[in-house]
Amino acid sequence: MLLKLSDVQLRFAGNTVLHDVNFGVAESALTSLIGPNGAGKTSLFNCITGFYKPQGGSVVFDGHELLRLKPHRVTKLGIARTFQNLRLFREMTVLENVMAGMHCRTHAGAFAAVFRTPGQRREEAEIRAEAEDCLRFVGILDEKDRIATTLAYGHQRRVEIARALATRPKLMLLDEPAAGLNSGEKDELIGLIRRIRDERGVAVLLIEHDMGLVMKVSERITVLDHGRLIAEGTADEVRRDPKVIEAYLGQEEGEAAL
Amino acid sequence: MSLTDILMQQLVNGLVLGSFYALVALGYTMIFGVIKLLNFAHGDVYMVGGFVGFGVLSAVGGTLGADWGGIAVAMFLSMIAMGCLGVVIERVAYHPMLAAPRLSILITALAVSLVLQNSVLTLTDGQITAFRTDLGFGGLEIGHVFITYNQMVLVGTAALLMIALETFVSRTQYGRAMRAVSIDKDMCRLMGIDVAKVIAITFFIGSALAAAAGTMAGAYYGSIWYFMGFLIGLKAFTAAVIGGIGSIPGAMAGGLILGLLEAFGTQIPGIGSEWKDVFSFSILILVLVFKPTGLFGKSETERM
Repeated sequence: MLLKLSDVQLRFAGNTVLHDVNFGVAESALTSLIGPNGAGKTSLFNCITGFYKPQGGSVVFDGHELLRLKPHRVTKLGIARTFQNLRLFREMTVLENVMAGMHCRTHAGAFAAVFRTPGQRREEAEIRAEAEDCLRFVGILDEKDRIATTLAYGHQRRVEIARALATRPKLMLLDEPAAGLNSGEKDELIGLIRRIRDERGVAVLLIEHDMGLVMKVSERITVLDHGRLIAEGTADEVRRDPKVIEAYLGQEEGEAAL
Repeated sequence: MSLTDILMQQLVNGLVLGSFYALVALGYTMIFGVIKLLNFAHGDVYMVGGFVGFGVLSAVGGTLGADWGGIAVAMFLSMIAMGCLGVVIERVAYHPMLAAPRLSILITALAVSLVLQNSVLTLTDGQITAFRTDLGFGGLEIGHVFITYNQMVLVGTAALLMIALETFVSRTQYGRAMRAVSIDKDMCRLMGIDVAKVIAITFFIGSALAAAAGTMAGAYYGSIWYFMGFLIGLKAFTAAVIGGIGSIPGAMAGGLILGLLEAFGTQIPGIGSEWKDVFSFSILILVLVFKPTGLFGKSETERM
């Protein structure tokens, strides 16, 4: 297992958000995390990336315990993440956004940067080349010099993915990457997620409400409801699970259409 | 002297004054960028930087000479010392307050300002210290306009420092990280950026620039005292606001514009040099009323 959560418990002022959650993501797997609104999916992401400190349990990634680590250390170990709502660095160009993502993979120190040593200049050129490679991978290299927030919405989503790729992750957490995309863009996203795994060998853990997309892309699906893990399995297994159907009953049509 | 000559002479004076304002305003604006704090102690870092520069020059002046060579060494050491002081101030006074309400950290900045001023007040008994140098009064006469070599070196040094800063900010990972931190700290953490370290580097650079200005101003005007940071702190704040607070090119432009406006303002009949502070702060008020985002500032639009 690349990522293993054991008995993770998270409480906010007496409200238990996650009850003893146990689950794992295998090396180079495509896994989805689904569940009704408020099930605790994003909270779980926040526990993994170090933004929330769970009261109990453990999160082990690639042999390292993450619970005591600051977010930037977690990223350095190889976990990247995108957000539900876009969080690009406004006012910076597309390329600069992606280059900022490579910060944890650079070695030149601040003093080398102040004095612009030859080593720093060489590294700067390498970073630029790799960032451009990430943009080519997601298909928006020709927009690299534009200010990030002036791009079309679907392309801004791809900048986020390119920036996450630039951290050289082993695992990518995508939080609702299809939100706000039209059906053509969703098809392209499915292709992109598969290529991230197939060509880059990166495991992907996906939170998504679009069940069509989830069923198409995931090898395994984990279902969370009210902070508890209620089902786990392949798309077909989860679709037939009575507990999952119950959890989704009374939900909006789009989400209930399992 | 014709009117053109007078204006040309004021242009030179304005550039010198503007260079000091710009160097101090840069620290103001960079620190505001990363932790959204108006660092009211920044002018006092400039003042302490002047004293440290003076101390170093007194120590090395005998061997290196107290002309620009000795002053360069004094300036460099003062920049490093003040850079470290800036990092310590951030660690000790501001870092524990980052999660507190914004007003608390602002009051902390005022406290740091008082600590620095009063420390120097105690050490110097509040006396004005003569900053003795061996700088000559030579210069070039172009038409009827006289530009001293000192003015040229000073403006040139300030320009070099600003070019170096601009290169750092736009062409290096830490510079990019600094801009990224000013936009979205949590996202930076997810990118593996050590935000605390970037903040420390920002304080180092900002304080070092203030120290450069403090040492050069001491050498140029020939005197330093414990209260000299107060007014330039306010002026630098004004310059940063003119340029758009948080914007680095804005602070450079704002500093130069303010310096030039002050220099030309003294030539307007009825507004003598004694009115120049009134003139500057009137500009501050006008900018705050009519263009609060400044020349290079971006207006924040909340998307619903």
